[in-house]
Amino acid sequence: MAVTAKNLCKDEFFYGHKACAGCGGSLAVRNALKVLGKNAIAVLPAGCMSAVGFNFPQLCFSNNAIISTFAGTASMLTGIEAGFRRRGITDFTAVGFAGDGGTADIGIQALSGAIDRNDNIIYICYDNEAYMNTGIQKSGLTPFGAKTTTTPAGENIRGNIRPKKNMFEIVSAHDISYAATATVGYMTDFLNKVEKASEIKGTKYIHVIAPCPTGWGIPVSDTVEIAKEIVDCGLWYLAEYENGEFHITHNPKEFTSVSEYIRKQGRFKHLTDDDIEIIINSRDKKWEKIRKEWS
Amino acid sequence: MARKFLSGDESFAEGIRLARPEVISAYPITPQTIVVERLSEMVEDKSLDSEFIHVESEHSALSCAIGASATGVRSFTATSSQGLLYMAECLYYASGGRFPIVMMNANRSTALPWNIYGDQRDSLSQLDSGWIQVYAENAQESLDLALMSYYIAENEKVSTPFMVNLDGFILTHTYEEVDIPTQEQADIFLPEYKTDNRLDFDNPKNMAFSAGPEHNYIFKYKEHIGMKNAVSVIEKAEEKFAEIFGRKYTGLIDTYKTEDADYIIITLGSIAGLCRETADKLRKNGIKAGVLRIRYMRPFPTEEIAGAVKNAKAVAILEKDISFGNEGAVFTNVNSALHTERVNIPSYNFIGGLGGRNISASDIEHIYFEIAKGTKKVNFIGIEVANNGSYSKKSLQGRIFLRS
Repeated sequence: MAVTAKNLCKDEFFYGHKACAGCGGSLAVRNALKVLGKNAIAVLPAGCMSAVGFNFPQLCFSNNAIISTFAGTASMLTGIEAGFRRRGITDFTAVGFAGDGGTADIGIQALSGAIDRNDNIIYICYDNEAYMNTGIQKSGLTPFGAKTTTTPAGENIRGNIRPKKNMFEIVSAHDISYAATATVGYMTDFLNKVEKASEIKGTKYIHVIAPCPTGWGIPVSDTVEIAKEIVDCGLWYLAEYENGEFHITHNPKEFTSVSEYIRKQGRFKHLTDDDIEIIINSRDKKWEKIRKEWS
Repeated sequence: MARKFLSGDESFAEGIRLARPEVISAYPITPQTIVVERLSEMVEDKSLDSEFIHVESEHSALSCAIGASATGVRSFTATSSQGLLYMAECLYYASGGRFPIVMMNANRSTALPWNIYGDQRDSLSQLDSGWIQVYAENAQESLDLALMSYYIAENEKVSTPFMVNLDGFILTHTYEEVDIPTQEQADIFLPEYKTDNRLDFDNPKNMAFSAGPEHNYIFKYKEHIGMKNAVSVIEKAEEKFAEIFGRKYTGLIDTYKTEDADYIIITLGSIAGLCRETADKLRKNGIKAGVLRIRYMRPFPTEEIAGAVKNAKAVAILEKDISFGNEGAVFTNVNSALHTERVNIPSYNFIGGLGGRNISASDIEHIYFEIAKGTKKVNFIGIEVANNGSYSKKSLQGRIFLRS
């Protein structure tokens, strides 16, 4: 049954934590757990969600949850899945929630190993585009141009000079059982992908954009809006990989203004119109490829 | 009971088969690899019913074992050297989370320079990681420790991970005749693993959490107590083991003719056998020599060592380790024990076997002579530095002590 705002589980599984106001990551975790239910075991590496949720004695998950090492989200999921299966328990979901650094940088080896083994787990990357928990440092998923505390925007270097790693296509290149992209701006789409993932055997990967008002330099009330806009302007896309094929799940007829999306955010304040032109060109190139090669 | 001609690695794998771990995470590294190869064969031929997981690194090997242990199942992994160092973060994670995982470590030199042969610098660098550490002397003890390790680690008052160390190649690749207990005997000895320290659907838990300054300290204290509790559980395990299998082990240390000895070599691992032979030879010549083999480096046998050597004239600590700029870690630990127990006898450190270099019977004989006449605090076996700072011809050919 498709998940909707109306039928979404009323129980809370991630509640009473101390995430910042407007946190996109906590929105992703809270709602994904509503879809997966009480028999989900959440594995969270060092990062925002473990930092805000697991401070003894204030523990905020009402289902089973555990912090993994920073690099070990996927490998701990593997062990948990094997352990419960071994104990004859079948009705459970081992789900990881790792940030962009925990996924695309330090955790990519373990993630690759889990996909290679086709372990029966769901791995959700909540992507806020930098190491936000430690104070906004560049990760492999920080977009081109963004200012972080390790990619300062000065006279010589204007923020991060490299584009995001393409995690969705990296995991898909493993011929993973299921992969999807999502955003907390289109919550129903995200939650339906989570539900779909929970019904597929093997390794599932969902990459969800989860804005961080603190790191992005936006008002705390604008999280959902900006998470919609990143898709509407074409800088993020909603897609799936399944049975060896890529599919676009949302194909905008026309894009909204990239410039408007960029200009709203403190992290891009220093970008020139030429910089934005570079961003638009790379978007157009990507979409040309998507529309040609994906269904 | 069957008798088989097995290497240390194979013997340990037999012990693990009898312990029936439910999840095994495996990654190859010389000289440990044979253990996981044998276990995979046992899973294949169904003589071992276990989830065998091919992880992609040692970090993942232990992280996976921690995940499995958090579901309440018995888990196993094995490593060596660089692998142990690569998983170091997870060592502390496993002990802090009180996950009673058993791991075999094949003691091997650490790079650089690269070297696959045996010394004990890998595990001795991790004495503070919160793992019980035992050092086997032969293939039979390796097998027996595989069984006893789970008994001790899983005791609810201990709940601490357990590292069984085998000297690389000297033990892992050397064949001996070994008694293999029956599964029935093993099952009588080793109860099924039951714990509350696990994720539970009836009573959901948040595990491996953060704890601020106020609580963190309490958790660390409890971890220390858990390790200390292992001392009496080791004793209990060995009593039960002797009852069922007829082999008696001697707790944290293993002494040889120390009661009346004037000169005692304190060491660990496989070199102890040669030390005992040498002690016997010297005793024929009227020198009262003894040997103390440390079995457990953690929990550390402070009272046991001090008690065993207190009447000696001098002790040598022979180890395959050096903490650069200081001395060997075993020497530091033994000296601390002697001082703590107010045993005032001279102690000398002999560093040897690094990168697998041989320690000969004559080296050991020299050690007894050197401590009888008194020597420098730290001595590197087989190296001599000439006055001009270059290696002397003699030292490259022969075996002379460097007196640092």
